[in-house]
Amino acid sequence: MEFTEFAVAAFAVLGAGIAMLAGLGPGIGQGYAAGKGVEAVGRQPEARGSIITTMILGQAVAETTGIYAFVIAFILIGLANGVLG
Amino acid sequence: MDKALEGASVVFEIFGIPITETIVSTWIVMVVIIIGAYLITRSFKRLPSGVQNIAEALVEGINDFTVQTMGEKNRWFASYAGTLLIFIFLANISGLFGLWPPTADTGTTIGLGIMTFFIIQYQGIKNKGIGLYLKNILLEPIPILFAPMNIISELATPISLAFRLFGNILAGVVVMGLIYSVVPIVVPIPLHIYFDLFAGLLQSFIFVMLTMVFVSMAIETE
Repeated sequence: MEFTEFAVAAFAVLGAGIAMLAGLGPGIGQGYAAGKGVEAVGRQPEARGSIITTMILGQAVAETTGIYAFVIAFILIGLANGVLG
Repeated sequence: MDKALEGASVVFEIFGIPITETIVSTWIVMVVIIIGAYLITRSFKRLPSGVQNIAEALVEGINDFTVQTMGEKNRWFASYAGTLLIFIFLANISGLFGLWPPTADTGTTIGLGIMTFFIIQYQGIKNKGIGLYLKNILLEPIPILFAPMNIISELATPISLAFRLFGNILAGVVVMGLIYSVVPIVVPIPLHIYFDLFAGLLQSFIFVMLTMVFVSMAIETE
């Protein structure tokens, strides 16, 4: 294997790992939203249904950046696989 | 794992058009929906019994869900929302039956996103009128300067919808593939419940709910 090919594959896989650091953000954001949701249910148990709906909607939006990172990591691993054949 | 990395493989070709696993699973989902709809609605009675109860509860649930999210005057949207919900849910859980989930392919999800995009734009023009619609895009909040931003944010809506669904389902497929390559027996069973059933239902709900929110934002006239 030529060195450049090896380097491309290695850095692509490394980049995929770095990209997945973005998983931190959605984790913190979703946890914060869930905590606030629990607080809200504790304060107003009768509004449980609409609180959960709103919370999950917010969490889904917060998740977007993590999903983008996952898609990028996936493309990078696909690139490494393609280079290594 | 390798399977998940390569994506849906080509099953056969018709006149040079490659037919991938995605298309085959979509056909299977379509057949299940069509036959299911035919069998369930064939013998409806005035007093519901058996499977008719389930069908009525489903329709009522979707109607209530739409009214709760979009308001009473947008009850008509329930037909589209329900179709989308049933299709995406069945597509998501098709991984349980050994199929490649159609929603783990950008082709399907971007198609769904484009449908939503056109509904949003059509409802915006219809309810605001072409003048106010163009004014909102071109002259708000600063004339002309912000027009590119507004256009990009309109175009980003279907893309983020599509990639959210695609990424979530593909993540499930990849993680399941990893687990199958390490422990092929017993352990994957509870994880299938989470990654296929729970995530599948949740993601279909989120896709439909976000569609409803975007459409009702387009309908609202200030």
